[in-house]
Amino acid sequence: MLSAEEIHEIEAEAQHYPTREAVLIDALRIVQSHRGWVSDDALRDLAEFLHMTEADLDGVASFYNLIYRKPVGRHVIHLCDSISCWIEGYAGVRRALAARLGVDFGETTKDGRFTFLPIVCLGCCDRAPAMLVDGELHVHLTPDNIAGALEKYA
Amino acid sequence: MTDTPLTKNMHADGSPVDLAEYEASGGYQAIRKVLGGIEPKQVTGMVKDAVLRGRGGAGFPTGTKWSFVPLGPEVPNPTYLVCNADEMEPGTFKDRLLMERDPHQLIEGMMLASYAIEADVAFIFLRNEYRLCAERLARALSDACAKQYLGKKIFGSDYSLEMHLHVSAGRYMCGEESGLLNALEGKRANPRLKPPYPTTAGLFGKPTVVNNVETLACVPHIVNRGAEWFRGLSRTRDGGTKLFGVSGKVKRPGLWEAPMGTLVREILEDYAGGMRDGVKFRGLLPGGASTDFIVESDLDLPMDFGGLAKAGSRMGTGTMIILDDGTCPVGMVRNLMQFFSRESCGWCTPCWSGLQWAERLLGAMEEGAGEPGDIEKLSELAWMWAPGHTYCALAPGAAEPLESALKHFRDDFERHIREKRCPYS
Amino acid sequence: MATVYIDGKPYAVDAHQNLLDQCLSLGFNLPYFCWHPALGSVGACRQCAVKQFKDEHDTRGKIVMACITQASDGARISIDDPEAVKFRAGVIEGLMLNHPHDCPVCDEGGECHLQDMTVMTGHDYRRYRFEKRTFRNQDLGPFVNHEMNRCIQCYRCVRFYRNYAGGRDLNALSIHQTVYFGRNQDGVLENEFSGNLVEVCPTGVFTDKTLKRHYTRKWDLMYAPSICVHCATGCNVSAGERYGTLRRIVNRFHHEVNGYFLCDRGRYGYEFVNSDKRVREARLNGNAITAEAAREHLREAVERGRAIGIGSPRASLESNFALRTLAGPGHFFSGIADRDQRLVALILDILRRGPCRVPTLHEIELCDAVVVLGEDVTNTAPRIALSVRQAVRQRSFEMAEKLKIPLWLDDGVRDAGQDQRSPLFVATIASTHLDEIASGVFRGVPDEIARFGFAVAHAIDSAAPSSGDFPAARGIADALKGAKRPLVVSGASCGSEAVIQAAANIAQACGAALYFIVPECNTLGCAMVAGGSLDAAFRLAAEGNVDTAIVLENDLYRRAPAPDVDAFIGNVPHLIVLDSLLTRTAERAELLVPAGTFAESAGTFVSGEGRAQRFFEVFPPDGVRESWRTLGMGRWSTLDEVLADLPAELPGLARARDAAPSAKFRIAGAKIAREAHRSSGRTAMLANINVSEPKTPVDPDSPLSFSMEGAEKKPPGALIPFFWSAGWNSIQATNTYQREVGGPLNGGDPGVRLIESSAKEKSYFAGVFEEFPAEGGEWLIVPIHHIFGSDELSLSAQAVAELVPAPYVAVGRESFAQNTMVRVEIAGQMFLLPVRIRSELGARVAALPAGIPPLAGLPLPQRGTIEEVK
Ligand SMILES: Cc1cc2nc3c(=O)[nH]c(=O)nc-3n(C[C@H](O)[C@H](O)[C@H](O)COP(=O)(O)O)c2cc1C
Ligand code: SF4
Ligand code: FES
Repeated sequence: MLSAEEIHEIEAEAQHYPTREAVLIDALRIVQSHRGWVSDDALRDLAEFLHMTEADLDGVASFYNLIYRKPVGRHVIHLCDSISCWIEGYAGVRRALAARLGVDFGETTKDGRFTFLPIVCLGCCDRAPAMLVDGELHVHLTPDNIAGALEKYA
Repeated sequence: MTDTPLTKNMHADGSPVDLAEYEASGGYQAIRKVLGGIEPKQVTGMVKDAVLRGRGGAGFPTGTKWSFVPLGPEVPNPTYLVCNADEMEPGTFKDRLLMERDPHQLIEGMMLASYAIEADVAFIFLRNEYRLCAERLARALSDACAKQYLGKKIFGSDYSLEMHLHVSAGRYMCGEESGLLNALEGKRANPRLKPPYPTTAGLFGKPTVVNNVETLACVPHIVNRGAEWFRGLSRTRDGGTKLFGVSGKVKRPGLWEAPMGTLVREILEDYAGGMRDGVKFRGLLPGGASTDFIVESDLDLPMDFGGLAKAGSRMGTGTMIILDDGTCPVGMVRNLMQFFSRESCGWCTPCWSGLQWAERLLGAMEEGAGEPGDIEKLSELAWMWAPGHTYCALAPGAAEPLESALKHFRDDFERHIREKRCPYS
Repeated sequence: MATVYIDGKPYAVDAHQNLLDQCLSLGFNLPYFCWHPALGSVGACRQCAVKQFKDEHDTRGKIVMACITQASDGARISIDDPEAVKFRAGVIEGLMLNHPHDCPVCDEGGECHLQDMTVMTGHDYRRYRFEKRTFRNQDLGPFVNHEMNRCIQCYRCVRFYRNYAGGRDLNALSIHQTVYFGRNQDGVLENEFSGNLVEVCPTGVFTDKTLKRHYTRKWDLMYAPSICVHCATGCNVSAGERYGTLRRIVNRFHHEVNGYFLCDRGRYGYEFVNSDKRVREARLNGNAITAEAAREHLREAVERGRAIGIGSPRASLESNFALRTLAGPGHFFSGIADRDQRLVALILDILRRGPCRVPTLHEIELCDAVVVLGEDVTNTAPRIALSVRQAVRQRSFEMAEKLKIPLWLDDGVRDAGQDQRSPLFVATIASTHLDEIASGVFRGVPDEIARFGFAVAHAIDSAAPSSGDFPAARGIADALKGAKRPLVVSGASCGSEAVIQAAANIAQACGAALYFIVPECNTLGCAMVAGGSLDAAFRLAAEGNVDTAIVLENDLYRRAPAPDVDAFIGNVPHLIVLDSLLTRTAERAELLVPAGTFAESAGTFVSGEGRAQRFFEVFPPDGVRESWRTLGMGRWSTLDEVLADLPAELPGLARARDAAPSAKFRIAGAKIAREAHRSSGRTAMLANINVSEPKTPVDPDSPLSFSMEGAEKKPPGALIPFFWSAGWNSIQATNTYQREVGGPLNGGDPGVRLIESSAKEKSYFAGVFEEFPAEGGEWLIVPIHHIFGSDELSLSAQAVAELVPAPYVAVGRESFAQNTMVRVEIAGQMFLLPVRIRSELGARVAALPAGIPPLAGLPLPQRGTIEEVK
């Protein structure tokens, strides 16, 4: 079952579209924002609510990289691996992050604190390398300053 | 100092221009003016006269695009305007600035465009990662709604316009305009075939115009100050100023508004301060990942929609990525192919399979496992992605840096294979 | 017509079509994957690339995809252009990057479009040296096997399954090189047309799971053109045999009937032929006897006198006619219960009298407003439901036409048309799968459906009698009046004459096409042989006037309540049964004679369209023979002789003869081979028994040979055993048998329509309605049909049987809870059944699944009682 809050938020978005199906991506985002990721149960709940099938939903959910169909940690790190960051030392930052977290791209730390993922260009190439943590932007990263950047995410 | 209409109101501290301030500096006058008795067609005419060309990368003349939209009472409702704020082209960071710092400028631009095409509903299609943009746009939209600048009968006229912010869920393909339409319909963002053209049957099958953020942000200024003034901002035939950016190992990476047609060298040296100490310039991608490399000898060409053709390249988004002599060109192209391969929608064969192959070949070269014949295979793949060979422009975009790198930096590719290692590492 | 220059030579083409379609129609070998004649063009695979030149001076040209380029007048293209050739080679090389190259262990091997296209483009060497992507496969149920590593991402499967067939449990998942075509989780594919994936998929991702159990390569099967026996639609199929077992069914293209697609009952029902319930030898009182002795016994029975024949709607026209001839016209009974026979007679009368035309399935697809009255089409005539699904797309086609989008440009049409649908109204007892695309639904018991139908007819034409006030009728009437090609689909499955009359009234009122769904593969043919009803036979026996009853391929326990059948059998001193399966009736026979199934016989069925169509022996005769041969008692030695005798006795069936060429037909003196030239092991097959090459069996009933020897040229439509052309080993070879791709078969589509309406005048039924609701404590018990379960023969097919629901009784919400055990008393019988809630059912209305044992044979609708078992 979707929560009242989820339904409320989805209905608000749904008003913008002439078809019910069109709200799907917003709905996936909303459900994810409440539950952290889109589990099979979440998919089923949403399918029921939208009168669509789970396959309908998964076709869309699995297309978009910011919909998680696997559980993620309490915080999600998205490290930009696109060109300007790459030129400005992405590789070193990635190595340092991986060493610090003990996990590489696609993985979650054992304590469930962080999930570490790559992301395309974050549109701050002039401040490269960059990453998002829970959507919050961190720029001018170096292997030395990442520890400080991660501190506040408990 | 040249006129910089798009950025002149922006605050140096990064805070946004709010509604009151926007209006105080002449904001929402253009929309008032057109609602006061300028026909939609005339607005389109002004934009045509201003020679405004799309800032999303392809440079399609904006007024011409608008003129394809059927007007009049018989047209099935609604007509849509969509602002393409998906900005995900690697190396591109210009639309973010416009949305974060002066959201009302964009909103007014969208109002004017909507009016010109008689749109009833407008969407801002925003990439998910631009969280600050989302907050500021949402705020600006609600402020505008509160003053009834949006909604029913705006500014007391007979014209009604709804405007919504749609936050996407990722994927570069959402920036391709027809992929964007599918995404907005809640579907996989595969591109669409033409016909139908979006201007006749786009979003939900209805007439739709898709324009880039920067394109739309220019419109209030054209309406306020006239087409001739706008053309005069430029040093070349394409009208207006342009946001130019530089990233890579330059002294001052950044983004600046400058006249259309500013020379590449000026941007690189005057604005970005030239190369950092200890590295030398080798080449650059003029406007994002999907443009061809240009080299030293091309630096005196003008940045406008035709200016780089002589160098076999194009302006693209106008945000340059600089390759220096300490950075491996093969590695750089590998990084780009990884990006394109990951973002291929998986619809057409040359793209999904060719990018997989190209990425692996380049990876092998970087790791010392390149083989004779790999370079030829890479050119073959790039040829497979020529415009028209694939379903949409993603793969042709990937071909541009690959083909031009093979041309300009062939020695590097050959050395990788010969020496069985990356000479830069 | 337009002219297109292909590699410098002018060709006449259809300017409304795309270049790929036209190149293939002209016989060029232009490779393709994502395009399909029924699914249209999407330009995804990029395999069909050609060079196009602006004019005769353009020497550079540009590469275009033939499938998404209009064949416009004056167009200049080159298939052989070196760049186009190179591009196509590049595409196939790309498609093969991740392909496992496992042809030797792949069921598609030898009939694989990917193999064919790989050869066609000349790709023969693998240059990709990196790891391939791999997937986990899913269990998709008993029909379809899944092997995703072979996928080439052409998207055909989802385009068929979702867009064409309306399935929603299969999808394209993920992105880039790892697009996965599957379900959200393992599980049985829900769509009734899932089996077509086997043919639609150009490689071995989706293959026939039933074939896997007794796998044989395409070229090693022996085939015959056949007709599906699992409903009355008359889909054309090609059946393949090896070592005495039927191995599979594939679609046999018929432009007017099934097109490219079959339903899963039709594709997988065949396994009954291999069932261990088959009757293989004659038995007298349970003891095996020789065929000779059986014939003698039969002869004596007839000579004793007072013998009656009971025919069957699942036996061929010829077998029914042979029985009628043997027993005498006055002693022939159709084998259909009185009430069902009245329905069929009414349908025949309406169709013959006119003025409504019976549409072909192809014509149904072109209809722009549809009313379904009383039929759950997906479950009673599934293939027709697939056609109705296409009909609702007419509106989006109209929109596309206005926007000048060519109709073959599938994605363009869908993007422009979005979810626009032509009107479809479904009035049925319970919800149906067509509801999801319907603009309106009506739920009621048959009598209410009939009233509703009368009201619609009245709203269209006030001269048609009215039946009460139904507000929804007006809207439907307007939609039908506004349509260019309206259609009414109705039928016998809800057991109501009034429903049929209502359908006729609507169709007449608006000049619609009118299709009646009847239950079995030869229901109309059997009715046209004209005998008394089964009840009449029962009465005759009850009066003591029957000495022997000869029952032809008919399980009477499926036609009438068991007590009535028991009584009848008790009243008949000698019961002779000819059948292929050991049915309940067959078990009671004094003399049981094996009957050939469709696969072991030749004969004719008359479909719901009134189309007489011929099927031929797939197996060489091995003792089990056609019933008409047995019953002919030597009167006829070939099928042609039976057909020659038909007209004098039954003039309405005279043209059945023309359903296919006679056995004398030859192509340049040669017969038509049932086997491919590559058929292997012919001389070794029986080497364990005899090392000398066996003599090829003779087939006196057709111009088909039981061998690989045959004519070089392609046979006419009715005689195509399988589709094959040089370079085209997969089912896609169908293209080369058509006048133009997607169009009728060369030489015309097989079969003859026996019923064409004559009258021009309307004549409305007055409408007599039974009263409802039921009185007192009674329930009205109505039938619900199941694609897997309601058809007799496919119940004995292994894969289908897995999906047959257990017996149940469905009721609305008020009375009982889900799964409550109840006692249902109906027609003098009592059943203990679990309750299933179908909330559409009204108060005191219950439904039983039709045809599912032990509920088969109940005359529904019927009043009865239902009580909870404490
Ligand atoms: C793969 C791909 C990605 C694109 N991404 C963007 C984008 O993020 N923003 C954008 O404005 N245009 C993008 N475009 C260009 C759009 O398709 C379209 O041309 C543009 O939005 C039109 O706006 P304009 O005429 O104002 O430039 C992309 C094109 C391709 C092929
Ligand atoms: S070029 Fe083809 S596969 Fe690539 S993104 Fe475009 S349509 Fe998708
Ligand atoms: S058949 Fe033309 S692109 Fe696939």
